[in-house]
Amino acid sequence: MPGILRIAYKLLVNDRAKFAALLVGITFAVFLMIEMTSLFAGILARSSSTVINIGASVWVMDPAVQTVANTIPLPDYVLHELRSTPGVKYAVPLYSGGALLKLRDGSYQAANVIGLDDTSLLGRPQMISGNLQDIFAENAFIAIDDAEFYKLKNPRIGTEFELNDHRGVIVGIAKVASSALFGVPTLYTTYSRALQYIPNTRFTISYLLVEPKSVADVPAIKQRVRAAGYLALTRAEFVRKISDFYMYQTGIGTNMMLMTLISFIVGLSISGQTFYTFILENLDKFGALKAIGAKGHELIAMILFQASFVALTGYGIGVGLCALLIGLARAHLPDYAAMITYRNLLTAFVMVVVIAGMSSYVGVRKVLRIEPFDIFRG
Amino acid sequence: MAIQAVQLNKWFGEGAARTHAVKDVTFQANFGEMLYVVGPSGSGKTTMLSMISGILRPDSGSVEIEGTSIWGLGSDALAEFRLRRIGFVFQDYHLFPRLTTAENVAVPLILQDREWNASLAEAVRNLQVVGLAERAQLAPVKLSGGEQQRVAIARAIVSRPDILILDEPTASLDGDTGRNIVRFVRENILSDRRCIVIVTHDSRIYEFADRIMRMEDGRLAAIERSAVHAQ
Repeated sequence: MPGILRIAYKLLVNDRAKFAALLVGITFAVFLMIEMTSLFAGILARSSSTVINIGASVWVMDPAVQTVANTIPLPDYVLHELRSTPGVKYAVPLYSGGALLKLRDGSYQAANVIGLDDTSLLGRPQMISGNLQDIFAENAFIAIDDAEFYKLKNPRIGTEFELNDHRGVIVGIAKVASSALFGVPTLYTTYSRALQYIPNTRFTISYLLVEPKSVADVPAIKQRVRAAGYLALTRAEFVRKISDFYMYQTGIGTNMMLMTLISFIVGLSISGQTFYTFILENLDKFGALKAIGAKGHELIAMILFQASFVALTGYGIGVGLCALLIGLARAHLPDYAAMITYRNLLTAFVMVVVIAGMSSYVGVRKVLRIEPFDIFRG
Repeated sequence: MAIQAVQLNKWFGEGAARTHAVKDVTFQANFGEMLYVVGPSGSGKTTMLSMISGILRPDSGSVEIEGTSIWGLGSDALAEFRLRRIGFVFQDYHLFPRLTTAENVAVPLILQDREWNASLAEAVRNLQVVGLAERAQLAPVKLSGGEQQRVAIARAIVSRPDILILDEPTASLDGDTGRNIVRFVRENILSDRRCIVIVTHDSRIYEFADRIMRMEDGRLAAIERSAVHAQ
C-alpha cells in the first residue's frame, strides 16, 4: 500500500468512534437494501415456482394469463394444432389448479394440484421416497416436500386424505427446486386424475408444454400459436412476465423499491454526515499536509481511499449480516421467502459506491479549498 | 544566499475593505543564519512568511530560494519544492493525533514516496536528535507541549531541508521551555547549510537570533543584528 494511503488508513481506523459510526451507517444501509431486495427476489422466485419446477421449454397459454396461478383453460384443439406444427418435438397438457383437502385428522387444507401428462409425466418432480410409477396407481398423489409440506401433517407413503369426496393416497414424497408463493402445499398426480378429482370448466388444459426440435424453431412455434389466438412463451419469458406483474401491477415492487431507496437515503445521511464531520475535524491536518508539500491529487487519493475503505468494509459486513439473518430465518421459518442474488448484491454495491462517492465529494471539495496559509494564520 | 525576497506586496479583501498587508518588503536571509521576523499583530509577519515559503502567492515581487524563483514553479512543482527544501514548524504543531510520534515525523518522507519502514527508521533517528526517541510509539497527545514542539521540529528537519520556517515556536510554551526549545534549535538544528526563519512575538528568545527583522504596518521597519550575535 502506498505510504500516503497507509497514513489515510491510520487516520481513519485509529479514530475509532468515527470509524465505527461510519461502518454502522454503511452496514445498516447495505443490510436494509439487500434484505429488501432479497425479499423481493424471493417473492418473485416463488411466484414462478411452477414454471421453474415443471421446467418445460415453451409454455402456451391464454394471452390474458398474468401469473402461473391464474390459469385460463385452453381448448383441446390447440394441443392438436401444436402437435402438427413443424418444429414441435412434442406437446403435452398440464393441469394446475387449487383443491381443498380433508386430512386424516379431519382438518381442511387448501392445496395446489399439478396434473402431469399421463404418457410422458413431463415436469415430474425428483422422488425422495416411493416410486414415480406408483403415480398411476388408484387414487395416487405425490406430495412435495417443500416449505409447506408440514401443512399436510407431514404425510408418509400410504397416508390417506379426501379431495372432493374422493379418496386420495400419498404414494411418494418428492422435492422440487422452488417452493410456492401462496403458502399452500403441492400435490402431483396425473393429468387425467386431476380432471377426475377436481371440478372443471368445458376446457381443461391449464397450459400446454412444448418442446421444440431446436431453439431456432421457437419463433415459428410462437407465430403459429399467436395465429391461433394464444400466447407461447419460453420459460424465461414466462418467468419475466410473472415478475413484471408482481413488480408493476401489485404495488409490491413499488413498496420494495421505496424501502430500498429509504435505506439508501438513511445510509447516505448517516455516512455522509459522519464522513463530513471526520473531514472537518481533520481539515487543519490536511491543510498542514498541504503546507508541508502534499499535492492535491494525493489528498484526493487519501479521501477516496478512506471513503472506499469504509464503504467496502461496511458492504462486506452488511452482506454477511444479511446472509446470516436470511440463513437463520430460513432454518426456522420455512415460509420465509428471501434470496440473495448477484443482482441484489450488485445493486447494493452500486448504491454503496454512490454513498462513498457523494460523501467523499463533499470532503474533497472541503480539503481542496483549505489554504495552507490558514494553517499559519491559525 | 538562502532566501532573497524582492519588493513583496500583498493585498487582501476588495473595495473599501482592501488592505495592503505587506508593502514592498525586500530582504535576504543567509545560510547559517537564524533570522527572526518580529512585530506587532497585524504587521504582516505571517503573510510575509507564507510568501517566502511558497504557501501564499504575492501580488507582486519575487522570492528566490537558492536561486530558484519559487513563484515561477507550477503548483505541483512548488509543493514538491516545499516538501524537499523547506521544513515547517507550525504554531499549533498540527501533529496527527491518530498517528504515533514516529509516524508523524515520517510524514514528509512518506510524501516523498519513501518506503514506510525506512521512513519510520529515519523518523526515529530524528526523534533521537530532539531527544524523544523513547517516545516514538506514543501518540502526540500523550506528550507535553514542549515535547510536541520538538516532535514538530523533528518532522520539519526529517527530510533535511535547507530552509526551516518556525511560526511562533514559543507561543504555546512556558518561558523556560520556550527558551530551551529555541536554544536547542540554535545549537543542534542550525548549520552552515541551513537557514532558519522564525516569526515570533516573544522577546525572551531574541538572544538566539543572528538578525532581527522588524515589521510594522506591513513594511519592513528595520533589520538589525542581534545584540548577542552582533560580533
